[in-house]
Amino acid sequence: MIQVFAFYLFACIMIGAAALTIFARNPVHSVLWLIVAFFNAGGLMILLGAEFIAMLLVIVYVGAVAVLFLFVVMMLNIDFAELRAGFVSYLPFGMLIAIVLAAEILLGLGIWSVGPIELAQRAAPVPADIHNIQAIGALLYTRYIFLFEMAGLVLLVAMIGAIVLTHRGRSGVRGQNIDRQNRRRPQDAIVNIAQPVGKGVEL
Amino acid sequence: MDMASLLMTAPELVLSVSGLALLMVAAYAGDGSARLVGWLSIAALAVAGWTLCGTPGHGGEAFDGLYRADAFGAFAKVLIYLAAAVSILVAPRFFATGREIRAEYAILILFACVGMGLMVSAGDMLTLYVGLELNSLASYVLASFMRQDSRSAEAGLKYFVLGALASGILLYGISLLYGFTGSTSYAGIATAMSEDGLSNGELFGLVFVLAGLAFKISAVPFHMWTPDVYEGSPTPVTAFFASAPKVAAMGLTVRVAMEAMGSALDSWQQIVIFVALASILFGAVAAIGQTNIKRLMAYSSINNVGFALVGLAAGTAEGVAAVMSYLAIYVVMTIGSFLCIMQMRDADGRPVEEIASLAGLSQSRKGLAAAFAIFMFSLAGIPPMMGFWAKFLVFDAAVGAGLTGLAAFGIAMSVIGAFYYLKIIKTIYFDEPAAVYAPAGSRIENALMAVAAAVIVLGYLLNPFLDKVSTAAAAALH
Repeated sequence: MIQVFAFYLFACIMIGAAALTIFARNPVHSVLWLIVAFFNAGGLMILLGAEFIAMLLVIVYVGAVAVLFLFVVMMLNIDFAELRAGFVSYLPFGMLIAIVLAAEILLGLGIWSVGPIELAQRAAPVPADIHNIQAIGALLYTRYIFLFEMAGLVLLVAMIGAIVLTHRGRSGVRGQNIDRQNRRRPQDAIVNIAQPVGKGVEL
Repeated sequence: MDMASLLMTAPELVLSVSGLALLMVAAYAGDGSARLVGWLSIAALAVAGWTLCGTPGHGGEAFDGLYRADAFGAFAKVLIYLAAAVSILVAPRFFATGREIRAEYAILILFACVGMGLMVSAGDMLTLYVGLELNSLASYVLASFMRQDSRSAEAGLKYFVLGALASGILLYGISLLYGFTGSTSYAGIATAMSEDGLSNGELFGLVFVLAGLAFKISAVPFHMWTPDVYEGSPTPVTAFFASAPKVAAMGLTVRVAMEAMGSALDSWQQIVIFVALASILFGAVAAIGQTNIKRLMAYSSINNVGFALVGLAAGTAEGVAAVMSYLAIYVVMTIGSFLCIMQMRDADGRPVEEIASLAGLSQSRKGLAAAFAIFMFSLAGIPPMMGFWAKFLVFDAAVGAGLTGLAAFGIAMSVIGAFYYLKIIKTIYFDEPAAVYAPAGSRIENALMAVAAAVIVLGYLLNPFLDKVSTAAAAALH
């Protein structure tokens, strides 16, 4: 009973939030509604027993992607009124994409009734007795540890690349020098002045 | 995780660890340490190559088949490390004239070598993909390494966008193969394909995977990026692109085709034949009108990939051995040609890329002119040079597998290809002298050029050795 209630709660809020994402006039509100939709999708995933995907949704989509969207929306000065101006001229193309998506959903529903895909040679069987986070972790950190480390190397190269391509030594910037800051004593920085009344401060 | 598996990946470990350590050197010592980092990187490549004598050269499967240490991978890695070392060695002089050489150049090449090592040693689609991405990401950055230069930035951006597209195609193919065979390992895919024939889904996956790989080896019809990227990238980087990643991607393609899809030979053979023919034809015809030597070398590399694929199209162990021999000779020829191209500098020391500026080179720089001629004759496949032997091997393998028509077409097309190589030699020896180049400054470059030229002329002495290692490499695939 409680599952059914939770399902309809998450599902209704998610669809409502998704609709508001599209219809909100203010793009910042759109992103906020999108975050609500992601949270509720996470809830639905927990109901399905896929808690790893639920966490991914919250951590990756809400924590990274949606915040990135928010940054883009707020930092780039995009004129959304202008973007909407071409709505009518793009309508046929938009409808075409909508029809394709609808057809894919119908196709997916049709195939769903056939049953799940049989994976004859799984790398590992789906364990029944442990949570799927544990199962993924066990596989990722044992059998695939080598690739996990190498994927880390890929990220490192991406980081080096970003720095190589964009970093340049600029003159006139004040970098932080912790050592110098720590060596600075009060007597170097503070001066006591016997300030006479009625005269300006000499700096 | 067991130590035995880890030991088999020793070349990658050596390169990764030294890459990280050198990154620290570069971070603290600044760009003044670029030369030091370059020499240390070459030392790291040498050590990584040396480890191949041990278990990493013939150890077998590591990490439950994710990685395979065998003679095939070792052969390809030696070529890759050689090409990488040369492109690190020649970089400082190229960047010396008003450009910035930064220490990250050599480090990025080291990481690219880790990726390429994974590519040729992959026993699983996941290893393949991670290696490919590691190599590609480093390559994108290297292509736009001269960030002040708009052509270099353009090259990097084009390479990145098209490379991402190709990765997408490849991944789609891999996911189809996984979906329809239930496995990502080459062995698992091979078992599923041979057990109950090739299903439609598997066929689609195979086509997409081959299309993605064709992009990486810049074979027609996925070659569009090559001329622009080769022209825009700094010349040492172009030399690197034309040699090491080509070997890695070809090795990868051969391994995937023979090991994972061996039972579907009939299906991929026609694709490989088409791609080989198209590459040979396009590479030969489109190069004729080029005036920029780096663009010409790009078309030349497309052409050469086509010839190498003729060996793969045979689908036999002899064919694989021929591909490996072809790659070895191709790397020497290409590196040699680029060493010559890097000597092309005007009186102020700025690099020149116009073919017309080579006119009358034989009168001012006899040695350079002779080296140029040797490499061009070899690329054209004129008999006394090693380039002829490479082509002979792949055509021999194709005829041995009953693909006589393919071999005949390839031979006919190599005559067209010979035209533009000979045109360069004609410009060098018979045209009115143009402006004189700056004198050669680096003994290292001259020595490397001399060694490469000697290998091309006297390479037949090495033939027994080359035959032995390439046959061993081919035998390692199963």
